[in-house]
Amino acid sequence: MSQPIPLSVNGKAVTVEADPDTLLVTFLREHLRLTGTHVGCDTASCGACTVLIGGRAAKSCNVLLGQVSGEAITTIEGITPADGSLHPMQAAFKACHGLQCGFCTPGMIMSAIDLLTHHAHATREEVRAGLEGNLCRCTGYHNIVSAVMRAAQAMQAAGGGS
Amino acid sequence: MTQLAYHRPVSAAEAARLAAGDPEAKLLAGGQSIVPSLKLGLLAPSALIDLAGIPELRGIRLQGRTLTVGAMTTHAAVAASPEVRSSIPALARLAEGIGDRQVRNRGTAGGSLANSDPAADYPAAALALGAVLRTTRRPIPADAFFKGLFETALEPGELLTAMEFPVPDRAAYVKLPQPASRFALVGVFLAQTGGAVRVAVTGAAPCVFRVREMEEALARRFAPESLAGIGLAADGLSSDIHGSAAYRAHLIPVLARQAVAQALG
Ligand SMILES: Cc1cc2nc3c(=O)[nH]c(=O)nc-3n(C[C@H](O)[C@H](O)[C@H](O)COP(=O)(O)OP(=O)(O)OC[C@H]3O[C@@H](n4cnc5c(N)ncnc54)[C@H](O)[C@@H]3O)c2cc1C
Ligand code: FES
Ligand code: FES
Repeated sequence: MSQPIPLSVNGKAVTVEADPDTLLVTFLREHLRLTGTHVGCDTASCGACTVLIGGRAAKSCNVLLGQVSGEAITTIEGITPADGSLHPMQAAFKACHGLQCGFCTPGMIMSAIDLLTHHAHATREEVRAGLEGNLCRCTGYHNIVSAVMRAAQAMQAAGGGS
Repeated sequence: MTQLAYHRPVSAAEAARLAAGDPEAKLLAGGQSIVPSLKLGLLAPSALIDLAGIPELRGIRLQGRTLTVGAMTTHAAVAASPEVRSSIPALARLAEGIGDRQVRNRGTAGGSLANSDPAADYPAAALALGAVLRTTRRPIPADAFFKGLFETALEPGELLTAMEFPVPDRAAYVKLPQPASRFALVGVFLAQTGGAVRVAVTGAAPCVFRVREMEEALARRFAPESLAGIGLAADGLSSDIHGSAAYRAHLIPVLARQAVAQALG
């Protein structure tokens, strides 16, 4: 049953009139047209649909809209600075060739931002293990790990956090 | 999806009242197990009762030799908690080993225990540590809580509110993860407190269980060698695409020996 649900998406407060059992990913892609968040498996396995809820990574294909009432959601569209430049994580993925087809990339970047936010000094092994919720069919992960290591340095130099 | 009602109570008492008033309603914690079931149509409740807005169900407290974890505490919060890491590091490591970052950020300790998935990690900790599971009605000892495949002692309208874990002298958890989901193909949690040892096995059967023969041998002498010669029959253990009952039977003593070594180390 449709009801008003207040939340913020990429820094903008909205109150939506929707079924609380709508999947968060459906709401983002089909209601808000934020199609940067991808659906790979729709079974909570691949991580392509990862967004931040209150700064923490979650698979938006496995969360209901009602569950994020009052929460702040950040999608891949919400991480770029206002001047249109790239977030350090995006810049690092570009510099290190951390993507090929790019399908996994938005989810990978959102997970990696959560990882560095909570573990700024992660080692290569910790980055690899910390991204186990995100599958990539193209890269073999090597350049993704390199990108996250590079972003860690850039984010620390810029004062840490995202 | 379906046209179901969605409630967001602000107290455990209100949630229990809502649940008691509608036998077709389902409690919703982190949703990491229930949302997939809803999507597949395995569940079609009349209403969801979302526990996320109930502050009293969250949090971790260490008082004396008892660690209390609120039902709605996430796996990530348990893994990162200084109280858990200092009192029962094996429990923090167990939480850190569940699924992946995204699952740990949403999934809750109470949801995992109430679900009683045969391959879940938390039931092994609760049973081996001799936890007391507090509900809106009563305290339930872990030994009386797990009843079978996805079945617990919780009654309709009864909410799990917190788990009390007695702090052991030593404990360890070793699991062989199913490589895709990280659920336990087999997991062994063991805990020693004073002269008593408890050994709980998850992943191997429809429901978590204790292995008394190992407990007695380890109580006599807490060392990996004490488990020599203790084998488990494959009868009654699970067989599926991930492993046969015989393989699981073989793994239990192997992982138990590793757990003893880890607890000592
Ligand atoms: C990709 C993936 C990997 C996973 N890997 C693992 C793993 O390696 N190990 C592991 O142990 N688990 C794993 N899980 C399961 C995960 O830990 C779930 O979070 C957990 O099993 C359920 O917790 P939840 O908070 O999400 O509960 P929900 O899904 O919200 O609820 C589960 C059930 O418990 C009931 N319930 C919830 N809270 C209460 C309460 N307070 N009182 C009474 N009943 C309640 C609900 O009604 C429902 O029936 C995985 C899940 C996914 C999606
Ligand atoms: S689409 Fe959500 S995890 Fe794959
Ligand atoms: S770049 Fe193609 S799936 Fe990762």
